[in-house]
Amino acid sequence: MKISSLFSSNSERARNDGPHHQIVVSSRVRLARNLSGHPFPGWAKKNDRLQILELIKPPVESLPEMEGAFSSYLQELSALEKQVLVERHLISREHAAKSAGSAVVVNKEQTLSIMINEEDHLRMQVLQPGLQLRNAFQALDKVDSALETKLDYAFHPQLGYLTACPTNVGTGMRASAMVHLPGLVLSEQINQVIQAINKIGLAVRGLYGEGTEAMGNLFQISNQITLGEPEEEIIAQLNKVIERIIENEENARQILVQKRPGTLLDNIGRGFGILSHAYAMSSKEALNLLSFLKLGVDLGFFPPEKQNDIDDLITVTQPAHLQSNASQQKLTPEERDTLRAQIIREKLKAFPIPNTSKVVIPRPPTEETHHE
Amino acid sequence: MLCDVCKTNQATVFLTQIVDGKMQKVNLCEACSKEKGVTDPLSFALVDLLPGLGAEAEVEKGEPVQHCPACGFTQADFKKTGRLGCPVCYDTFAEGLGGLLKAMHRRTIHTGKVPARLKRSIELGARRKQLQHDLDKAVAEENYENAAVLRDQLRELEHTT
Repeated sequence: MKISSLFSSNSERARNDGPHHQIVVSSRVRLARNLSGHPFPGWAKKNDRLQILELIKPPVESLPEMEGAFSSYLQELSALEKQVLVERHLISREHAAKSAGSAVVVNKEQTLSIMINEEDHLRMQVLQPGLQLRNAFQALDKVDSALETKLDYAFHPQLGYLTACPTNVGTGMRASAMVHLPGLVLSEQINQVIQAINKIGLAVRGLYGEGTEAMGNLFQISNQITLGEPEEEIIAQLNKVIERIIENEENARQILVQKRPGTLLDNIGRGFGILSHAYAMSSKEALNLLSFLKLGVDLGFFPPEKQNDIDDLITVTQPAHLQSNASQQKLTPEERDTLRAQIIREKLKAFPIPNTSKVVIPRPPTEETHHE
Repeated sequence: MLCDVCKTNQATVFLTQIVDGKMQKVNLCEACSKEKGVTDPLSFALVDLLPGLGAEAEVEKGEPVQHCPACGFTQADFKKTGRLGCPVCYDTFAEGLGGLLKAMHRRTIHTGKVPARLKRSIELGARRKQLQHDLDKAVAEENYENAAVLRDQLRELEHTT
């Protein structure tokens, strides 16, 4: 598959139909694997890396899951193409910085992506919409079992799968869910929730993983421990925690609707107003405001079918997506902001104003209410 | 409780780390923790800091081996990158890594998936060890009848592998 058709096709996970999709945007499981008898990519010489790459790429490409896949050496991709892959969460930012000696293979549906010579020889991940950690793990486990018949994995009887970084040794597995928590943010409970999650050994991160900022009320929650617990237990624990977070978020939303409809409507209304009328919009501002529109759909202020439009906007207004869809060669940041605002305005023309009939709109005190 | 850094503000961030097998606690106020980059839990996780903190101390401590025989990696390289050089490094630097792994993962024995190919050899290895142990015991107890049976089983096992 060519990169152009990869970019133009809608990925399966962009469809918002996964379980608990209103709060859980996507589920991801990744496994790190290395070949025995070879240095890890970060320490390997270029020739070693090239040799390792040619050992791994053919069996990866011949996986049944990879029929019609997109496969490319990193040096064949432009900086922009790499960035689009990052924005789609198909490669890591670290992998995007790689060149000769590394490769990426992505299946047609864009649910399975395998990075070769990232930090480890193999980084494979399954990404699915909604809360589907178990499914994602099972799908990836199958791929891993198929590959282990063809590749000699570095495995230690006590330590399990050996990885370049000791934080991944053991299962080599990192499972994560991307959750949208505007209710907990608006009700100022988010820090408590994050602290509680950290306390039980799980990590909370921003949109693009390690070291990234939380934007658009989106958070990535993942396991930290990879040694001493079987994969299924790690997944089950994470799943349980995510289910609790979903409950907390739903409660927070209900309380906002009942007790603080003013705050809620103000955020959704301002988001709608600014997005509909702005002529320059940074990606961060767009994401933060679109988050409130998404919440507006979830709570019935906008018709449910508008969710797809919002999710589309969230994707296409990211910097690299914007550039790759632009006719012009290279947009300046200012031009990007103008184009972004324009795309959003066009899309929101078809939006009705928020339907507030279901909530009690707070009114300023009047004489009548005083007499009551 | 006052902040350990500025000693003026009330501490609101409580950080606990296990370094060198010892629990270390740091109490910080909002401002100081922000300065140290630990308040934002979104970008901060204890484990992320470990390669920078505990790792060096652990691996440096009393390691007789300076270079990995397989890849030439050194402790200094680990200190710099927080990554190891090759799979053999885990054995080369085993002593120092033990404490680090315990601090990171709390446990040090893998209990998850095992490649099918190795599953058999690992199981056979464990079985062989057990038989050898029983045989030694039987011989020591002068239970020769039992020892003969165990010896035959051990031979059979070695034949099949």
